[in-house]
Amino acid sequence: VIGPPPDLLDRRLLLFTGKGGVGKSTVAAATALLLAAAGRRVLLVEVDAKGDVPAQFERPAVGFEPREVHPGVRAMAMDTEASLQEYLRLNLRLPVLGRVGPLARALDFVATAAPGVKEILTIGKIAWEVREALEGRADHDVVVVDAAATGHIVAQLGAADTIRELVDVGPVRAQTQWVADLLADPAVTAVSVVTTPEEMPVAETIELVARLRAEARAPLGAVVVNRVLPELFTHADDETFEALRAPGAAQVLAGSCGPGATAVLDGARLAVALRRTRAEHLGHLLAEVDLPLLYVPYLFVRAHGLRVTRMVADALGQELGL
Amino acid sequence: VSATRPPSASAASSLESLLAAKEIVVCCGSGGVGKTSVAAAAALGAATRLGGRVLVVTIDPARRLATALGLDGLGNQAHQVPPELLKAAGVDPRGELWAAMLDTKQSWDDLVLRHAPDEESAYRILDNRLYHNLTARFVQSHDYIAMERLYEIHASGEYDLIVVDTPPTRHAVDFLDAPSRMAEFFGGRLLRWLTLPYRVGGKRGTRVLGVASRPFYQVADRILGSRFLEEIAVFFLNFQSMYAGFVARARAVERLLHDRRTTFAVVTTLEAAPLHEAERFCEGLLERDLHLGALVLNKTLPDYLLDPAGAACASVFVDDAGLLADELTRLDDPRLSDPARTARVLRTVGESFRNFSVVALREAELRAELARVPDVVARVPTLEADVGDLDALVAIERHLFA
Repeated sequence: VIGPPPDLLDRRLLLFTGKGGVGKSTVAAATALLLAAAGRRVLLVEVDAKGDVPAQFERPAVGFEPREVHPGVRAMAMDTEASLQEYLRLNLRLPVLGRVGPLARALDFVATAAPGVKEILTIGKIAWEVREALEGRADHDVVVVDAAATGHIVAQLGAADTIRELVDVGPVRAQTQWVADLLADPAVTAVSVVTTPEEMPVAETIELVARLRAEARAPLGAVVVNRVLPELFTHADDETFEALRAPGAAQVLAGSCGPGATAVLDGARLAVALRRTRAEHLGHLLAEVDLPLLYVPYLFVRAHGLRVTRMVADALGQELGL
Repeated sequence: VSATRPPSASAASSLESLLAAKEIVVCCGSGGVGKTSVAAAAALGAATRLGGRVLVVTIDPARRLATALGLDGLGNQAHQVPPELLKAAGVDPRGELWAAMLDTKQSWDDLVLRHAPDEESAYRILDNRLYHNLTARFVQSHDYIAMERLYEIHASGEYDLIVVDTPPTRHAVDFLDAPSRMAEFFGGRLLRWLTLPYRVGGKRGTRVLGVASRPFYQVADRILGSRFLEEIAVFFLNFQSMYAGFVARARAVERLLHDRRTTFAVVTTLEAAPLHEAERFCEGLLERDLHLGALVLNKTLPDYLLDPAGAACASVFVDDAGLLADELTRLDDPRLSDPARTARVLRTVGESFRNFSVVALREAELRAELARVPDVVARVPTLEADVGDLDALVAIERHLFA
């Protein structure tokens, strides 16, 4: 068993990726809560801009301009067009393009067609916020990213290199260098993969870790395994459970507890079966990925929103030995 | 032509009657909800119950599901799932079940080869590195090509019903607009503007100072450098030879999605985020005047978890575990001879029921809150094992068509 990197929460850029539907936004938000509780000022970036991140704090959607969603946590939604305008304003000292509509649209068009441009506008903005934090110029100390899903993250992390292959002159070339360096620095950056113990998410995680190693230089942090079902019985107890489901015992139980006994036993059987299937996938993950695994239990609660985020934060905190 | 068919307003009351009235079913929903399995199970059900030739086009099936359908190593080519395999899984199909995977790259290449004026122009495009990036990364590229393939297969007239899985997108509604965006993209004024300095110079790559001095080119030059800009322009100049065919095709694809022979099935789990996405998708369909045929609630917990008698019994298991365990020693089952162990297991079983009941209740509440539902709502409970073989697919199919 590999322990989590002891400095994981000390890094300045924590990216969380993974297949859609595994709970990336919740894990990113929970990490932000943990950091805020430790007195760090957090910028939480939502790359997919679906509004899932502010929802973890029960707050309405945010825009490109960061807004506080929780004490110590400001959130922003990525917007490549706004990022481009900011870049032009800050780096090339060009006026805001908003007033020159067609120009902005044309650039957006080039950005869509040309490889790496949209990606660099995303990762470049994130890296810029990290650099501002490192140099003490920002309102935050650490940047936590609810990053793109499996398919896009490799392209985003490698965007600086892609651009450098295509563009041989100009300011872009020089400016992509520091982005690449920052993303590759293990003292600054950690990319973590969120998954669940199910077939497709595990398969994608294994594939993604391999691709991140081969194609991107970003340091890997941990694999967060979300929604882990509890183990109900030890082996000996399992036999006792089987005996309870046999006709004789079932009759005794129905006599003492009423007609609901079958439902209760069926429920436990389902729980055992689900846990068993998931344990196989977890075994596969353990065998194929040599990264520390952080487990977040399946939450049997009615609530969603902030309460769930807190529970996930507590679980992560325990896994990290806080 | 669809005029002879009954209007889609005559609501289908079951999935079976819906599929009987349609030729295309597009399954959509956010990532992780089990779209692929539901699409495959729907196709299986149609082949079994309605007969005919039914094709399921999947995007990225789990490896074991792909193996079960015999899709391993097959690209765009459709092939029949062997009837003996289906028989072994306990179904006796009246019709044929066919399956194909969507190979995005291959589909794009086919499209270029079909629309380019000659082979040389086609290969100028296929060999361009921007082409590779565009088809691999352009957000709408996968969405569009899935719809384009659908059109192609439908036009072939080889199948009575086509069930298509959709690729994961940032927003599930995005792909509905893919054909029109694609047409806009390749036929748009912006593209012409972008290639302008390279077209008016007479010879490719010769820039005209008057045009190049406009603010856009100045900015683009400063950011990207002129060489790269030129590469982009040359690529689009090549692509221009295909505009007419391409745009016409995108329009045809769009018409097909609006055709009354086409319906959409929205798949979701009863979790807050996917359900929210599903609701937005249903709204998106209605806004675009597309046919919302069915809503599939997948991987839901079974109803018996909401049984009040079960809750009462679970309380007895937890509170009176010791008494029950003593009682059970009477049965002379060696596995129940240790009352301490039996009591521990009873308490665990009772607590587990309570835990899962909480989640089942949450699901029931979310279901009750569903604002807009189509006439057909199917519920598929969570299966004990993964959907890794035809047996599991058959199990889904039974619930889907229940």
